[in-house]
Amino acid sequence: MTSSGEHTGVLVFAECSSGGNVTRLTREIMGLGGELADLLGEDLSAALIGSGLQEPGRELVALGAGRVYVADDPELSTYNPGLYVPVMRDLIGDARPGIVVFGHTPAGQDLAPRLAFEMGTALTTDCVKLDIDAQSRRLLATKPVYGGVGLGSYRSDKSPQMATVRPRVGREREPDPAAAGEQVMLSVDADATGAALRHVRTVGEEAEGVRLEDAPVVVSGGRGIGGPEGFEKLEAVAGLLGGAVGASRPPCDLGWMPSTGQVGITGKNVAPDLYVAVALSGSSQHLSGMTDSGKIVAVNNDPDATIFTVADYGVVGEWSEVVGGFTEALRGLLSERE
Amino acid sequence: MSQVGLDIVVCVKQVPDPEGPSSSFTVDEENVRVVTSGIPPVVSPFDENALEAALRLKKAGGGRITLLSAGTKISNPVMLKALATGADNLVLVQDGSLDYSGTDSRSTAALLAAAIGRMDAYDLVLTGRQAADTNAGQVGVGIAGFLGIPAITFAGKIDIAGDKVVVERVLPDGYEVVEGPLPLLVTVSHEVGDLRYPHIAEIKRAKEIPVARWTAEELGVDVKGEKVTELVGISAPRISRRCELVEGDTQREAGENLARALRRDGVL
Repeated sequence: MTSSGEHTGVLVFAECSSGGNVTRLTREIMGLGGELADLLGEDLSAALIGSGLQEPGRELVALGAGRVYVADDPELSTYNPGLYVPVMRDLIGDARPGIVVFGHTPAGQDLAPRLAFEMGTALTTDCVKLDIDAQSRRLLATKPVYGGVGLGSYRSDKSPQMATVRPRVGREREPDPAAAGEQVMLSVDADATGAALRHVRTVGEEAEGVRLEDAPVVVSGGRGIGGPEGFEKLEAVAGLLGGAVGASRPPCDLGWMPSTGQVGITGKNVAPDLYVAVALSGSSQHLSGMTDSGKIVAVNNDPDATIFTVADYGVVGEWSEVVGGFTEALRGLLSERE
Repeated sequence: MSQVGLDIVVCVKQVPDPEGPSSSFTVDEENVRVVTSGIPPVVSPFDENALEAALRLKKAGGGRITLLSAGTKISNPVMLKALATGADNLVLVQDGSLDYSGTDSRSTAALLAAAIGRMDAYDLVLTGRQAADTNAGQVGVGIAGFLGIPAITFAGKIDIAGDKVVVERVLPDGYEVVEGPLPLLVTVSHEVGDLRYPHIAEIKRAKEIPVARWTAEELGVDVKGEKVTELVGISAPRISRRCELVEGDTQREAGENLARALRRDGVL
């Protein structure tokens, strides 16, 4: 095991969207990684793995990476642990970063633990805060535990220190097109034939309309909605507000909503300007995925439902009546504005 | 591989019921722990999904299911109920030091891997995608690492096709199909489906099943030595807001007034 003194700098694992740019979460964790690097007085770098990476490489330099390590190969276009783990392991072995930050994404959640176990180092997943402990100058990684009932802070003496970070935790920095930074091309021997796992195909279930994660307004329903018909009424409200429909876990488990619509610790974390929670009580696992929203509205027939403790506006009553009146008034108000 | 059907190991963690009201969880900042009161222990929900996946594979192709659990105080009724859904064996690694602060993902994975390595046979190891208490989602991949077998994470569906395992891996906007060889570890997501209820007759059968009890020392695992992270603090999140209750003569009118209140405050 190497001592922590030999490791220096912050390395961010960057991811690209299908459009070929770095993702919003990547921009956020570049901002967060930059803050940690500034606190430590060390360098920020990025690892970029995929195919056709010239543009995102430049983007990462503009976002503050002094060095971008690029592994560019058609075989790497889809995340495959058998190919990505060796690239990252070799890179970390050579570059010796003190901290490695991943997005809490399907790739990050899969890759980071594999690397941590292989390298005998520490990883904290699903972080909502990363800080540097002033005394030890070690990473303090904070994450929800017990479904969000508590926030646990973890520290390790092993290096590199790793963390996966949720969306909307890091602050994006303004890109600087004149920023100086170099791109280092990694030589890759990407031969998937030797890998134990074979990626067969990806099946998209792209929802129509606004994406839940990007929607400025989210209207979510819970078990109390009673069935798929009820969710059509929520669709109407979301449609009026240019938003998307979400759900707590029970409606997804019951098949009233696709599982891609689930908001919560095992679904999506959202932080829209307005979150409308209808007929859901507010389990901690659901709250953990939406309490960063700008304004929160709760409609529930139980005045003691937990959801009211995190809401800015609440109506106690039968959801179909309340939402009926709300929808009608909304139509009127929105037509007034035009 | 064994002669008939697969030897499937399902790792199950006992946790305080995560569906319990949030008032039954108290954050004890001073002693760096979360204290629970008045809620029963249960098998962590994703581990239940993993067991359900195992039961379906057993039904389709035969085989044996061994439940493996490690912890300080493992409840008999909790394990009995899990066994009664159709599992064949139970291995418990019980040790006073295996609590929240005495272990981390790495040391837990080392311990469970050692226990699995000691079993007569294993083809497929299933875990939940993450536990309901720590929400870490690391132990499954860690077990595979210690055993030196491949791992596929976040399965929404698992099928056996000849000598291959075909997994639908859950993604935010769909899924991807990934194939792996046996022996294999798979972490299971809730899309697999809820754990079935045990039949009354099965509870009687489950009670007859001898329980194998091993300790960390017997397994040759230095749990403290494997630990790489320290939980240094715990706090209650400050998420409460002042809620303005909007009313009306009828519930419908309350809904109308809600829209007006949001417009008044510039939210809409």
